Amino acid sequence: MSTWRIARLIAAKDLRVEWRSRVLINQVLPFATLVMVMFAFALDNNDRVLTRVAPGLVWLATMFSLLVVVQRTFAVETADGALDALQVAGVRPGGVFLGKALALAAQLAALELVLMGAAVVLYRTEFQAGGVVLLVTTYLAATTGLAFVGTLYGGLAAGAKGRETLLPLLMLPVVAPVLIGATRATEAALGTEGATPSDGWPWIGLLTLFAALFGVGGTMAFGSLIDE
Amino acid sequence: MHPVVRLVDVVAVLGGFPALAGATLTVERGEIVLLRGPNGAGKTSLLRLCAGLLAVERGEATVLGCDLAADRTAVRSRVGLLGHANGLYADLTVADNVRFWGATVGATPAEIAAAMERMGLANRLLDVPVGRLSAGQRRRTALACLVARRAELWLLDEPHAGLDATGRDELDSTLRAAAAAGATVMVASHELERAGALASRVVEVVGGQVRPVAR
Repeated sequence: MSTWRIARLIAAKDLRVEWRSRVLINQVLPFATLVMVMFAFALDNNDRVLTRVAPGLVWLATMFSLLVVVQRTFAVETADGALDALQVAGVRPGGVFLGKALALAAQLAALELVLMGAAVVLYRTEFQAGGVVLLVTTYLAATTGLAFVGTLYGGLAAGAKGRETLLPLLMLPVVAPVLIGATRATEAALGTEGATPSDGWPWIGLLTLFAALFGVGGTMAFGSLIDE
Repeated sequence: MHPVVRLVDVVAVLGGFPALAGATLTVERGEIVLLRGPNGAGKTSLLRLCAGLLAVERGEATVLGCDLAADRTAVRSRVGLLGHANGLYADLTVADNVRFWGATVGATPAEIAAAMERMGLANRLLDVPVGRLSAGQRRRTALACLVARRAELWLLDEPHAGLDATGRDELDSTLRAAAAAGATVMVASHELERAGALASRVVEVVGGQVRPVAR
């Protein structure tokens, strides 16, 4: 069976697991929204400060939520030995990697939409017509990169002892470039502190390169990572 | 014709400890072989080695014509392993699980339906999430997934555990039918009476080595 067919099969299965369990909707989305509210409390509900830092807070909340979603997506695989069974089934590991990343990206995209909505309500964030293309491109590139890194490190930590604490320790330093790049590009798209969309495009280059590196690397290395 | 499993003086290590210490075993096509032996003797390791999940440190190991010492991944799509875990997704229904595992080998909807029927899962259980099933029902679902995967070599670790009398009978008849159709079955079990009656040959695994048992 081809890598893409396996990827579609795995992605459909992961999204069906989410649809049936509703963990994203009932637990992760409220958690992410709560993080946004806590940021507002911490910054004393100062409109000017909140508007200034909103892009960074949205992406920081996304990173925290990513950890929860990645833990969950691999807990589903290891709870009853399904990851072992996938290996024995001889499905291409690259297909498993791409499928899990695809499902993770879809969940992250839904999460980011809610977080952006929360930024508008809580932080008075305003959109600029000229920055919409940059904003959408930023979200696409950053979400893809985060999904690839999350899947790669989730697979790496899946069989390890203390994986709940190991995963943030391994993953957060690696996603720092996405946090920086996505925040700067989002600031440019929203016109924060006089930034213009042209300031954001070089960051898209970084985000795209990051996603490509982890996409290719993950597809090639995933089999060895999850192997005994 | 080449044997389905051919192990010669195989050594395998698990977590720094020797799991198999010079195991030698030959299994022919269509055989049902019972592996018996005390806990920790190496039965599970032997099954995992045959499934390509455990690396061969020394010796010769060929399964379904694949040299496991050279590439242990090639054999994986052709074997079905049911270990202590069931390999199921608790949030998905019985039908979702069997469809998913069948789809990994391109099984048709008719083959998937037949697999569920074979393990007595048709009708009432199909739309129940696996997480809500009893241990025996989960085992049946896992076996249906194995049937749907059309494995050439079935590697079963305590397959009767948790099954009721009907489930055990269905399992035995499924294994006999699979063997009659040309599949090869290796069963590790402590239920010697039942599994022994099912098996065409019995071997004993002790200290990571395999010994024949006269019947």
